[in-house]
Amino acid sequence: MTAVGEAVPRKEDTRLLQGEGRYVDNLASTRMVHAYLVRSPYAHAVLKSVDVSAAREAPGVVAAFTGADLADAWPGGLPCFWPVSDDIAMVKHMPLAVDKARFAGDGVAVVVAESRGAAKDAAELVEVDYEPLPAVTDVEAAIAEGAPLLHDDAAGNRAYTWSLVTGEPDKVFADAAVTVKERYRQQRLIPTAMEPRGALCEVDAAGDVTIWATTQGPHIMRTAYTLVLGIPEAKVRVIAPDVGGGFGSKLDVYAEDVIVIALAQRLGRPVKWTEERSEGNLATIHGRDVIQEIELAATGEGKITGVRVRLTAAMGAYLQAVTPGVPLLGAWLYAGCYDVEAYDFHCTGVFTNTTPTDAYRGAGRPEATYAIERAVDALARKVGKDPVEIRKLNFIDSFPADIASGLQIDSGDYHGALDKGLEVLGYDAVRAEQEKRRKAKDAKQLGIGFSTYVEMCGLAPSRILGALRYGAGGWESITIKVLPTGTVQVMSGTTPHGQGHATTFSQIVADRLGVDVADVEFLSGDTAVVPTGMDTYGSRSLPVGGVALYHASEKVVEKARQIAAHQLEVSADDLEYEAGRFSVKGSPDVGMHVKEAAFAAWAAHNLPDGMEPGLEASFIYDPPNFSWPAGCHIAVVEVDTETGDVQLDRYVAVDDVGNVINPMIVDGQVHGGIAQGVAQALWEEAVYDEQGNLLTGSLLNYLVPSAAELPSFDLDRTVTPSPTNPLGVKGVGETGTIASTPAVVNAVIDALAPFGITDIDMPTTPERVWRAIEEAKA
Amino acid sequence: MPRVSVTVNGSPREADVEARTLLVYFLRDSLGLTGTNVGCDTSSCGSCTVLLDGESVKSCTLLAVQADGHEVTTIEGLADNGTFHPVQQAFHEHHALQCGFCTPGMVMAAVSYLNENPKPTEAEVRLSLEGNLCRCTGYHNIVKAILAASGAEV
Repeated sequence: MTAVGEAVPRKEDTRLLQGEGRYVDNLASTRMVHAYLVRSPYAHAVLKSVDVSAAREAPGVVAAFTGADLADAWPGGLPCFWPVSDDIAMVKHMPLAVDKARFAGDGVAVVVAESRGAAKDAAELVEVDYEPLPAVTDVEAAIAEGAPLLHDDAAGNRAYTWSLVTGEPDKVFADAAVTVKERYRQQRLIPTAMEPRGALCEVDAAGDVTIWATTQGPHIMRTAYTLVLGIPEAKVRVIAPDVGGGFGSKLDVYAEDVIVIALAQRLGRPVKWTEERSEGNLATIHGRDVIQEIELAATGEGKITGVRVRLTAAMGAYLQAVTPGVPLLGAWLYAGCYDVEAYDFHCTGVFTNTTPTDAYRGAGRPEATYAIERAVDALARKVGKDPVEIRKLNFIDSFPADIASGLQIDSGDYHGALDKGLEVLGYDAVRAEQEKRRKAKDAKQLGIGFSTYVEMCGLAPSRILGALRYGAGGWESITIKVLPTGTVQVMSGTTPHGQGHATTFSQIVADRLGVDVADVEFLSGDTAVVPTGMDTYGSRSLPVGGVALYHASEKVVEKARQIAAHQLEVSADDLEYEAGRFSVKGSPDVGMHVKEAAFAAWAAHNLPDGMEPGLEASFIYDPPNFSWPAGCHIAVVEVDTETGDVQLDRYVAVDDVGNVINPMIVDGQVHGGIAQGVAQALWEEAVYDEQGNLLTGSLLNYLVPSAAELPSFDLDRTVTPSPTNPLGVKGVGETGTIASTPAVVNAVIDALAPFGITDIDMPTTPERVWRAIEEAKA
Repeated sequence: MPRVSVTVNGSPREADVEARTLLVYFLRDSLGLTGTNVGCDTSSCGSCTVLLDGESVKSCTLLAVQADGHEVTTIEGLADNGTFHPVQQAFHEHHALQCGFCTPGMVMAAVSYLNENPKPTEAEVRLSLEGNLCRCTGYHNIVKAILAASGAEV
């Protein structure tokens, strides 16, 4: 039996289910002290003075510092790795503000004490003389004439402009029989991984730094800490122990991480910082916050010929690690899975007095998918077609497909996924029930919403990243060691925060090397154990790291083959290999297992001349293309037209993520992604008031859904292997989030069709729905 | 500082705590039972759910001194000599955890709820979890696992 393709229960669970999670806040060092940050309550204010002297005298306090006190520790400030254009304003971002605070939550001082409580108490004694300045939190207001300016070196609050134009869009739009022009608002979201952020740092007498951090990117962080703090990279060890969810929000180089390192260096004691949730809502990156204008050109029957997009995207107050690049990650996808001739994309990045934005699950691709899937429905209404019909008319149906935006989709079966979705849903029956309620003028109306999506993930081919000016590569690294007694260690550069790497990767290795899943030990998340890696984001672990694992396995098998041939005194070509065992062709009883070859390689008594002892191999894989998952998501909502309440009644998801290693884990990724995307459609929104106060500063008012608000989901899949990698896999971590938001909003709009309603801003709260209905009636 | 005596996972435990110490920090910092996680500061997320005298309680909603003289069960006390409690077993079999951070609270909430309502419907299970947030699973498999633990066909 092979392990790949089986729903192998997770190896990770044994510890996590018994309270043995090694999350950063569960760790302690001897002589450890605790840091607490003083944060600006103003969204925009000059720091006239910051006085920590009273805090220094408070009980239990070890030290207190202002931004100016520590400024020499980080001369260049925090890094942004993605200067997307020539015109980008690479503004300085100090871990602790020195001259002015630019968002509510910007750190201005830090207090260190013997206990968390003492540090927090003393923080209240820090005297800051703020001179409040006018603030701007809306992207369009920020680029209007006379708006308050955040940075001296970002005129008009413009961070950058970036364009992607192919074909002849002006001609295509001029010739179009039909056009639709839509404007959508991607509200700001707060990622809300359940584990708040944290960091614990030790610096020894030799200056060697060890930091345990809640990060998706220990390797990127090691390089970043070196760049920020000037510590030689070889002296920095970053450990991401168990990480309690990330969704992109734990990929940043955060102020607090470099602060605890600088403090541990100065104080000679281990320093720990743990985020409070309400602090996190201010200080951990936000997602989305984009105004989208999308225009489609089409024939009279609804065949789309051109797409034109104008984005105004919030950066927040500063550029975090990949903030400017997030809109680019969606830039190729505004034509969705539809075959068009011309493409015209333009984005303006804008600074506002808000928490910096950055990659949040899907990063640019949920935004693109939302815009095109809603616009396609708008086009369907205009040309009088059913949402299914318009999609089928426009699907790309020949692969590999060179798409208008300039990339190549590896493989897909868009008709197959949609057909399956309709079948799982029982489309005709639901439409019939909808019609019945419409005729009866039922207070509770049904809506059916579609999202047929394609996305690009498995970040990323390094050359493409280079062409886009991203600062690093997109490869991934694996080392496999077969130990003398036959168990296997996998050292993985990509590291989990819930995705189940240990199980999935073990399944791949178990099959290639003919060992049990239980005999594979997965190691990651510690730069001293796994020195090379590019970490976890962009649904890359399997289609990049997993493929590296496959290739490394092949190298191990090849070396074992040479050892077996040598010891069996046959030619390597005379050996057959199956399930870990080499056997001599024609004499199946004569053979050697990989485990035996591993012992022989360790003993090294009888190896071919010149062969290195040991059975291990490394592989660094740089993917030739992105992977392109696709599928069909269908939401059925019931809208109470008297109260505006929206209930998600049913949710069907048919995803195609290529070959599946562990269907249970893949389904779990889709479930979680759907919930996050549905939450954007229906509940979640980070709201600022005009002064820049975050009104959704805690889990009391930022509405992360519970089980009570969601249904169970009907999942199915089609399988179209990716031809660009030997496993035939595609990424899955973000598909649910990318696909689901427009499905739900399209369903809400569909339910309200009898009122002539064609748009409601997200989240479609009862108030917004009720107001739309009342306005439509009036 | 007040001295607090609590029976935790069947063993008597005592510690001196600042009067303002919440039960969750008593468990984590004084007793080293870090299985109970802190996910928020508004008693919203339920990550810190434990059993107090057999019933689920968010351990951030009461002071350690309020637990004085009571019995507390945490996630560390649920398995029997390494054998999973049926709820833990169901979570494992049905992939009801991903990052695992909310899991101790989810499991304790489910254990308490199934004691109260041994044969719940799916809707009842969903409602019972209203105070426990998970960001990874979309709840699909958590609900399935709890139903499975109740003996329902899933």
